[in-house]
Amino acid sequence: MSTRPRTPKAAPRPNWVSTRNPCKACAPLGATLVMRGIKGALPFLHGSQGCATYMRRYIISHFREPMDIATSGFSEATTIFGGGKNLHQGLGNVTSQYHPSLIGIATTCLTETIGEDVSGLLHEYRELISDEAAPLLVHVSTPSYSGTHMDGFHDAVCAVVEQLAEAGASPSAYINGFANLFPGLVSSEDLRFLKEVAADFALPITLFPDYSETLDGPSMDKYQKIPEGGTTIAALRATASAKASIEFGRTLRAKRTAASFLQERFAVPAKRIGLPIGVQESDAFFAAMERLTGNKTPEKYRMERGRLVDAYVDGHKYLFGKRAIVLGDEDLVVGLTSFLAETGVVPILCASGGKSGALKRSIAEVTTHLRELVEVRDGVDFMTIAEEVALKEFKPDFMIGSSKCAKLARQLGVPLIRVGFPIHDRIGGQRILHLGYRGAQQLFDLIVNTLLEVKQNSSSIGYSYL
Amino acid sequence: MADILRERERQVYRKGQQQTFQLDCEKQSVAGSVSQRACVFCGSRVVLYPITDALHIVHGPIGCASYTWDIRGALSSGPELHRLSFSTDLKEMDVVRGGEKKLFAALCELIDAHQPKAAFVYGTCIVGVIGDDVEAVCKRVSMEKGIPVLAVQSEGFKGTKKDGYRAACDALLRIVGTGRTEDISPRSINILGDFNLAGETWMIRDYYARMGVEVVSCITGDGRIDDIRRAHGAALNVVQCSGSMTYLAKSMKEKYGIPSIRVSYFGLDDMSKSLYDVARHFKDQEMLTRTQTMVREELLRIMPLIDGYRRALQGKRAAIYVGGAFKAFSLVSALRLLGMKTVMVGSQTGNKEDYDQLRELCDEGTIIADDSNPLELSSFLEEEDVDVFIGGVKERPIAYKLGIGFCDHNHERKEALAGFEGMVNFAREVYGSVMSPVWRLAPRKRGNQLEVVR
Repeated sequence: MSTRPRTPKAAPRPNWVSTRNPCKACAPLGATLVMRGIKGALPFLHGSQGCATYMRRYIISHFREPMDIATSGFSEATTIFGGGKNLHQGLGNVTSQYHPSLIGIATTCLTETIGEDVSGLLHEYRELISDEAAPLLVHVSTPSYSGTHMDGFHDAVCAVVEQLAEAGASPSAYINGFANLFPGLVSSEDLRFLKEVAADFALPITLFPDYSETLDGPSMDKYQKIPEGGTTIAALRATASAKASIEFGRTLRAKRTAASFLQERFAVPAKRIGLPIGVQESDAFFAAMERLTGNKTPEKYRMERGRLVDAYVDGHKYLFGKRAIVLGDEDLVVGLTSFLAETGVVPILCASGGKSGALKRSIAEVTTHLRELVEVRDGVDFMTIAEEVALKEFKPDFMIGSSKCAKLARQLGVPLIRVGFPIHDRIGGQRILHLGYRGAQQLFDLIVNTLLEVKQNSSSIGYSYL
Repeated sequence: MADILRERERQVYRKGQQQTFQLDCEKQSVAGSVSQRACVFCGSRVVLYPITDALHIVHGPIGCASYTWDIRGALSSGPELHRLSFSTDLKEMDVVRGGEKKLFAALCELIDAHQPKAAFVYGTCIVGVIGDDVEAVCKRVSMEKGIPVLAVQSEGFKGTKKDGYRAACDALLRIVGTGRTEDISPRSINILGDFNLAGETWMIRDYYARMGVEVVSCITGDGRIDDIRRAHGAALNVVQCSGSMTYLAKSMKEKYGIPSIRVSYFGLDDMSKSLYDVARHFKDQEMLTRTQTMVREELLRIMPLIDGYRRALQGKRAAIYVGGAFKAFSLVSALRLLGMKTVMVGSQTGNKEDYDQLRELCDEGTIIADDSNPLELSSFLEEEDVDVFIGGVKERPIAYKLGIGFCDHNHERKEALAGFEGMVNFAREVYGSVMSPVWRLAPRKRGNQLEVVR
């Protein structure tokens, strides 16, 4: 089909000034997740006490794991006279209590607004301490009035790499070269999966951030001040010597990222691919791994791909023409849309609270085989989406997104397939596998079975074969 | 004992060890201590949140609104406006140019769309810095829309959660006194400091109805603006959660001469005493008799259930870390009723009198801590070999990671734990956690060996 019919023009919407039921969190939250993915590191917020506590609660409710975030705890006087003293005292106390090897400092709206020179303050602190054993300090600027938690996440990844990467830092363990992998905000299970893939390709990788263990650890008999796991500082220093960087996220094209920095500064070739969800985007990932290593995709993954395609066939009639609303962080939305579209589901509305400016184009890239154009909305909130659904009389069969979609899904009377972050109303959000053929297999089975359950429950017959 | 920061040494105490009891409290959290406390904004937001027919808008960048969207288990018998999250979502340019225009437009559009009975505008950190005249905007909107539009001075850094409580009470005080009171019974009360978590206010209201007491307003559980307007017509303020509501009660005493009593609806003793205290206040023998009959009926109904749980829980060890210390008193007693021993108790915001009272109440050797943190709490749990930890969502993973039971007694919970029925729920929940077989597999009990559990 060469001519793609145009979707009807959007009806005029009232231009809301306020944000109503937000589809995003603030930038420092993303940064704290990244800092939690560094070995021996403690996240630290330069701002008032509440920010750390709210973000801890938000993250704990998803991962169901301890998430200690320290703070400089601004008071009124601090705000007037500057936060240097609090920052220094906070860093000192955190060091004596947690013995971190690194403290990852993120700013907040308060400290950005009063114009704190964090870089200068940290410099002063380093001078004051001058202790060999003192923790490394890295910092990222994350004003909450700019962007979303995803911007905070990517900016923190970039800031850490910028501040730690060193030319010639020798990765002694990696004899035949290694690669950097910057996956973005994915689940702990996704991170474990990526490490498994790299190992199966015999490719040493620096995966950053890596909270696969720090935010999904085993039961303990002693409280770990800082949980085991995370990307090592040595590996982060050596990112400059990698033979390539892979970063996930089609919408990152407009952003300065760790991969783009390493390419510019240290000539480490950067390869950006979409979040590998579904066959098409996973193919791109495995192809990239093949090119990088010169190795064929291991049989294990070929089999996973084969089974996935076989499952698509088994389930295609249940999904063909079903309409979905996809809501979440931009790159997750792109990946999910690509996956849904290849199964026969019609993604009628794809939306995100994020606003990179690249969402529409990224979705267009992964849905070229679709006969209908997909409605794409960025920078939106849940009530705007609800109004658009009502106005256009969209009749979705299901929604897919974080548990923040639950209210809208309930209102629409459709099931919600919970993916991404945050998942606050179910257990195990950190163990959902989204990536690769294996992740798509799990999502596919879940979606088909959810729709079958709806069909079974809403039928008076009580089918026992479907 | 735990590794405690030097600055915090006087905020932790073990009963019976030190000669003099001089617990430091009501202090700003130490920088870098990883306090479990929140901020001024949080204090205001939790107190006003359950007012169901008001518009609650957060003036600031998006985070504060995101993190408090539908966060409390505060139920409504009618409007659900409180469960939506509204924000001015300030951006870079707003910070530079000021957010007043945006706030004005946001308020107008939201009031038009939702027709609330009042609007609360929560100030966040940067509002206090960029110098928006929120009060002026509120005044203008109030004139135009004909409803109270109240600026809540809740800039996060301007104090502690307690200052947020006070800011919330200040906003409430501007609503109280604006309604008609002539048809209110002389035997009437305001319920202060119950937030209708899992329908608790409804249970309490039912008790008062059975006693023959008129409830004028609930502040703020299942709260309604029109009821709060009439609150000054009540004969008595019955104050739970004293940390947040004492200031309101005091102010209403000064302004309207309404006396108040402090109560707690948690645990059987405290629950019964609260109802008797109210009945005695009205010096009405018939009411007292009705109350006695009701309490007897309730106790007869639930004691057999409680006894069953007590047999299983006898001698188990509990730790408590909650927001307000007053709740901790009731919890220590409630746990005692279940045959359990409280080995550690602490709060985020207790004051000197609270801690004195806690010390009286606790057994020898009990650890008492103010404004504690994960490292201290985890070490208390380990040292004291605790069976169940009672706290909120932020405390939960500390217990679970160590293979220790947990009971959520914070504002997000979905279980009603107040009242007589609530005591049964509490006992069931503690029992359900302590007696679970999963702890047998946890390393704390048996190490990490892989052999078959016998």
